[in-house]
Amino acid sequence: MELILEQFPIVIHSLNIGFIQTLKLFFVTLLGAVPLGLIISFGSMSRFRPLSYLVKIIVWIIRGTPLMIQLLIIYYFPGLVFGNSIWIGETGRFLAAAVAFIFNYACYFSEIYRGGIQGVPRGQEEAGLVLGMTRSQIFFKVTLLQMIKRIVPPMSNEIITLVKDTSLARIIALQEIIWAGQSFLKGSQGISGAIWPLFFTAVYYLIFNGILTVLLGGLEKKLDYFR
Amino acid sequence: MAILEVEHLHKNFERTEVLKDISFSLEKGQVLSIIGSSGSGKTTLLRCLNFLERPDKGVIRVNGETLFDAENPVTTQEAEIRRKRLHFGLVFQSFNLFPQYTALGNVMLAKELLAKAQPDYKARKKEIHAEIEREAKSLLDQMGLSDRMNNYPHQLSGGQCQRVAIARALALKPVILCFDEPTSALDPELTGEVLKVIRGLADQETTMIIVTHEMAFARDVSSHVIFMDDGHILEQGTPERVFEHPEEERTKQFLSRFTRG
Repeated sequence: MELILEQFPIVIHSLNIGFIQTLKLFFVTLLGAVPLGLIISFGSMSRFRPLSYLVKIIVWIIRGTPLMIQLLIIYYFPGLVFGNSIWIGETGRFLAAAVAFIFNYACYFSEIYRGGIQGVPRGQEEAGLVLGMTRSQIFFKVTLLQMIKRIVPPMSNEIITLVKDTSLARIIALQEIIWAGQSFLKGSQGISGAIWPLFFTAVYYLIFNGILTVLLGGLEKKLDYFR
Repeated sequence: MAILEVEHLHKNFERTEVLKDISFSLEKGQVLSIIGSSGSGKTTLLRCLNFLERPDKGVIRVNGETLFDAENPVTTQEAEIRRKRLHFGLVFQSFNLFPQYTALGNVMLAKELLAKAQPDYKARKKEIHAEIEREAKSLLDQMGLSDRMNNYPHQLSGGQCQRVAIARALALKPVILCFDEPTSALDPELTGEVLKVIRGLADQETTMIIVTHEMAFARDVSSHVIFMDDGHILEQGTPERVFEHPEEERTKQFLSRFTRG
């Protein structure tokens, strides 16, 4: 116990640095995947058949294979094919992870958006048309908020999963919190053979997800004024 | 002169012909009821008048102005249609109120969006808004909803929702107000309050087209009745003529189900 107290400040410092990397990957993924998902969802709903088929096949591949494999392919593939990697150093690993995460999550988001858009009854658009509204007025003043209301619960689920999925970036040695915790097992800063830092990382995830749950729940409640 | 003239309207869905050569006219202040069994094309006809469906052939004229002519592509352009649509109002069977707006908000929304396109909107913003709100409140009052203006649709009964929808359609002052089975989604107790409102509009000589299954109401409120069957107008005339002395065997058969109770 005394030993742990002694190790505590050193470990927390390392874990904090790792967690910042975790948060960076989380926010960058969210920022990229939220708009990209919308573009993909429009693609899969396109009336131009070749486009919608192509997009659906891509979504099928991305959702049908493990994110970990996608990470490994994106990180190692350029090096294996061109002889030298385009992902250099910690920044390179971060970019590779961001690309894999954004693409993967955009595909999941696109399906949620599609459900949200198609879930708004056709009669809403027709009512707008009959009242002389333009298509963009109908989208922004009538459909959009109803769509957002529909997608908040499934999006909350995905967002919370994303927080935990960032740990997969450990596989390409991105120095996020799991990597930081694990380093004390092998030996770092005079501490070795300590397993508790790895376990302790769970506390970070738990607290951060707790905050997100409250925020997203608040948003859901805010949209509760209509049905 | 007739306020509405429909000539030789045809509409196909894939290979099914839903409207087969529909022609009729309507005078100002008249109430036209369209009756007939499900699938006879009544709703499609109403949707064509409101440009929710594009007829394959035919002409639609309001006050002598050609709103739609299948032969003349200029009349079928989107921007043109949006302006012409405003000649018609449509009340849906399923209300289709906007759930995120209050009753008052539903009635005001389209009017406010239209007002924004006015050149003097920025200068007279407050004035215009107040005017729209005053009119909307007076319409809801007329519908017997003065104490429900700030309620959201999910807080209202079906009958109240439909009355809000009627006020919403009236807010744009359409030349012709159309109803697509306005009481079919309501239970019998709530049907009465909606029919009473429509009755009131008829008394004020609002020009209306009503697609309905309420035979007693159609007979009572209309100045003209059309019986549709399989995409055709099989019979038309005054309510007395169509309901008391139908000539066609199919009309008699259809109406007998209602008179026998």
